[in-house]
Amino acid sequence: MALLEVVDVSKVFPGVRALDDVSFTLQPGEVHALVGENGAGKSTLIKVLTGVYQPDGGELRYRDEPAVFDTPMDAQRAGISTIYQEVNLIPLMSVAHNLFLGREPRNALGLLDEARMHREASEILLRYGVTTDVRRRLGTLALGAQQMVALARAVMIDAKVVIMDEPTSSLEPREVTTLFGVIRDLHAQGIGIVYVSHRLDELYQICDAVTILRDGKVVHTGRLADLERLKLVSLMLGRDMSAVRREGFTGFAGGHDTAPDAAPVLKVTDLNSRRRLHDISFSVRPGEVVGLGGLLGAGRSETIKAIGGAYPIDGGTVEVDGRELKRPTTVQAVRAGIAVQPEDRKAEGLVAGLSVRENIALAVLPRLSRFGLVSDRRIDDIVRTYMDRLRIKASSPDQRVGDLSGGNQQKVLLARLLATRPKVLLLDEPTRGIDVGAKAEVQSLIDELASEGLGVVLVSSDAEELVEGADRVVVLRDGAVVGELTGAQVTTESLLETIAAAAELEENNE
Amino acid sequence: MSEATATAARPAIDLARIRAWLPAYGVYMAIALLLLFNVLFTPNFLAWSNLRIQLIQVAPIVIVALGMALVIGTEGIDLSVGAVMALAAALIPLYLGYGVIAAIGVSLVAGVLVGLINGTLVARVGLQPIVATLALFVGGRGLALVISGGQLKDVRNEDLIYLGSGDLAGIPVLVWIAALLVVIVGFVVRRTVFGRRLLAIGGNRPATELAGVPVKRVLITVYVLCSVLASVAGLLAVARIQSSDASAVGLLIELSAITAVVVGGTPLTGGRVRVLGTVAGALLMQLVVATMIKHNLQPSTTEMVQAVIILVAVYAARERKSR
Repeated sequence: MALLEVVDVSKVFPGVRALDDVSFTLQPGEVHALVGENGAGKSTLIKVLTGVYQPDGGELRYRDEPAVFDTPMDAQRAGISTIYQEVNLIPLMSVAHNLFLGREPRNALGLLDEARMHREASEILLRYGVTTDVRRRLGTLALGAQQMVALARAVMIDAKVVIMDEPTSSLEPREVTTLFGVIRDLHAQGIGIVYVSHRLDELYQICDAVTILRDGKVVHTGRLADLERLKLVSLMLGRDMSAVRREGFTGFAGGHDTAPDAAPVLKVTDLNSRRRLHDISFSVRPGEVVGLGGLLGAGRSETIKAIGGAYPIDGGTVEVDGRELKRPTTVQAVRAGIAVQPEDRKAEGLVAGLSVRENIALAVLPRLSRFGLVSDRRIDDIVRTYMDRLRIKASSPDQRVGDLSGGNQQKVLLARLLATRPKVLLLDEPTRGIDVGAKAEVQSLIDELASEGLGVVLVSSDAEELVEGADRVVVLRDGAVVGELTGAQVTTESLLETIAAAAELEENNE
Repeated sequence: MSEATATAARPAIDLARIRAWLPAYGVYMAIALLLLFNVLFTPNFLAWSNLRIQLIQVAPIVIVALGMALVIGTEGIDLSVGAVMALAAALIPLYLGYGVIAAIGVSLVAGVLVGLINGTLVARVGLQPIVATLALFVGGRGLALVISGGQLKDVRNEDLIYLGSGDLAGIPVLVWIAALLVVIVGFVVRRTVFGRRLLAIGGNRPATELAGVPVKRVLITVYVLCSVLASVAGLLAVARIQSSDASAVGLLIELSAITAVVVGGTPLTGGRVRVLGTVAGALLMQLVVATMIKHNLQPSTTEMVQAVIILVAVYAARERKSR
C-alpha cells in the first residue's frame, strides 16, 4: 500500500509549466530523496503535497484514497508535516511552549498544565537528542537544537508523512548525525519521509529511493542505491556522464597562474578580536585563490567580515596593495577594493524588496551619479554588463531580487561586488543553497576572476569545493591559524588531517 | 458532495492582483470616490473657497508627513515632529526682532539640532527609533514651553504673515510651499544617491552596510530632514495663526503624519517611500473630516471612520508572504 501518491500531476503558472505530468510514490517507512536543480519543480511539488498549491491536472492519493488539500492546514490535519530550511518557531517563547503551541495540555479547570507540559516536552525531546531545560527560550538554543524542536513538533501531530526541505543547511555535522538518527527512528515507525537536499553525501547516507526532477518532469525514479553518484548528477543536470567525470564535481578547473614572488594584494597581519579572533595573519597574491578551512565556529566568517570592516577588531592591520586601511569600517574597505560576499545572502547580502538593478548598483551609486543625482543610463549600462556576464536570469532588471532563484540571487550579489571593481574578493560559502548548475557557473566565475588578477579568499564547508577551488588553504581553529596547505598538499585528506591534528594538539595542551 | 463543489468553485476575481494594486493606488481611488460623493450630495463642496480652506489646513500635515515618510522608509519612525513644530514656533517671536530671515533661520537650526540628536541616538547609539524620538516627543515641547514662558505671543511681522496668509497667483503661499517641498522630496527619493541608499537601508540595513554605504550618515541625514521639515511646518503654523502658542502648535500631528504616510501606501517595514501617496493620504483624511463636518456628523463618528480607513490601508499594505 502506497502512503502518498502523486499521479500525473501538472501545475501551470503564467508562462511556465512548473510540473508536467509528475508521478511519484512514497511508501510507508521510506526515505525518498527529491532532487533537482532550482527551478526543476521541487518546491512546486512540495507545495502541491502540502496544500499550498492545487494541481491543475492529475490527482493526489493519500493512503489509497483520492485526496484534496485546499489549505496547508488540511494537509497537516491529514498527517502531512513539513519542515522548512528556516525554523518557523517563536524564539522568545519557551521550548516547551513552542513544542505544544496550539495543543497545550490543560488541567481540569481548563488552565494550562505547565508541569505536565514540561515533563512531556522533556521526554519527547530526549528522543531527538535534545537535553535542555525546556523552560528556556527557544532562541537561546543552538540552531540545530531548534531544528530538532521543529522536527519533534512536526512529528508530534501524528504525522504519517514528513517533508524535509534542506533540513541540514544550518546544522553542524554532529547535529546532522542526530537528525539522521531521528530519521531512522521515523523510518522504523513506518512514517514516510520526503527528503530534499542539495548535499549528495547526505542523500546516499539516509535515503532509500530517489526521484529526480528536471524542468518540471520526472527524469528518473527508483532505488537510490542502484544509482551511481555521477549518473545522478548527470541526470539532474541533463549533462553527459563522461563530461561530469572529466570536469570533476565542481566547476573549478584547478590551479591558477600566480607569480610566486608577486607582492600580495591582500595582507592581513595579527588580526585580533577579543571575542573570536587571535593573531590571524595571511596574505593573498593577485590571481590567487586562498581557501580558509576549518570547522563551523573556527572563525572563518568572522575573519572575512573583520577584513571587510564588518566585525569589530581590537588590533591588527589589513593592507590592500601595500596600503594599510586607516579605519576598519565597511566604507573604507569597499573603497580600498575589498568586496565581501557574506554567508547569509538573505540577511546580510541582498535587499530582497528592491530590484535586481538597484541591488547591483547599490555599492557604486556615487560613481554612477553626478552631484548626488543618479544617472539611470550609467546604471543600466553596468547592470546590463553584469547581467550578461554572470548570465543572471530575471524577467527584467526591475524584477524583485527576492523573487529570483537562489542561484540567481547569488549572482546578483556577486554582480554588485564586481561592480565595485574590487582588488580582493572575500567569498563566504559562495555556492551554498544554490542548484548544481549555478554552482558550477559560480565556481568557474571564481576561476575566471582569479585569472584576471583578483585575489580571492574562499570559505566553504564543502571540502571538495575548497580543495578544487583554492591554490592554498589556510586552516583555522578556534579563531587562530593552525596550519597551511600548499601545492600538492591541497587535498581533502590533508585538509581533514590538519583540522583533526589541530584538535588533538589542543586537547593535549589542556 | 456539497463540500467538494464548494471548494471547486474558485473566485473569479484575481485577488492577488487587487492586493498588489490596492496599497499603491487605493488611496487615489478613495479620494475620487469621496469627491464624487461630495459633488453629488454636498452643496458647494467644490467651491474654490472650500477647497482653499482644505488645502491650507492640510499643508502643514503634508509637510510633516513628507519627512515622516522618509524616516518610515528607513524602517524608522519619528514621534518628535510635533514637539519640533512647537520648538520652532516658540523661537520665532524671540528672534523676529532681528528680522524674518534670522527668526526662520533660528527655528530651522533648532530642527537640525533635534534631527541630529534623533539621528545619533538611532544610528550611532543604536536605540530603537520609537524610543529615541520619544525622548524629544516629551522633552521638546517642554523646552518650547520654557522658551516661550508658556505664553501665547502675537506675531505682527508682515513678511512672516504673508507666508501663512498671503496668496500667490490666487493660491495660498502656504500651499505653494508645501507643493514645492513635495516636488523636492519626490525628486530626492527618486533621483538621488541619498534616496536610493535610504530605501536600501530600510530594505536591509546589514546588507547595505556591507555594501560600503555610509549607513549612519544617511540615517542621521534622514532624521535631520524630517525635523527640518517639521520646523518649517511649525513656523508656517505661526505665520498662519499670527501667534505662537507652544502648547498647541503641532499637537498630535505625529499621528496625522504617520496616518498620511500609511494610508498613502508606504509600508512601515521600510524599503519603500510613496511621496505622492503620502500627499494623497493626507488629503484623503482631510476630505473625510471635511465631508463629515458638512454633513453634521459627530467628531466621534469622524474618528471612527478614520480608524476604518487606517485599518483598510494597513490591511492592504501588509507584507505579502513571499512565494
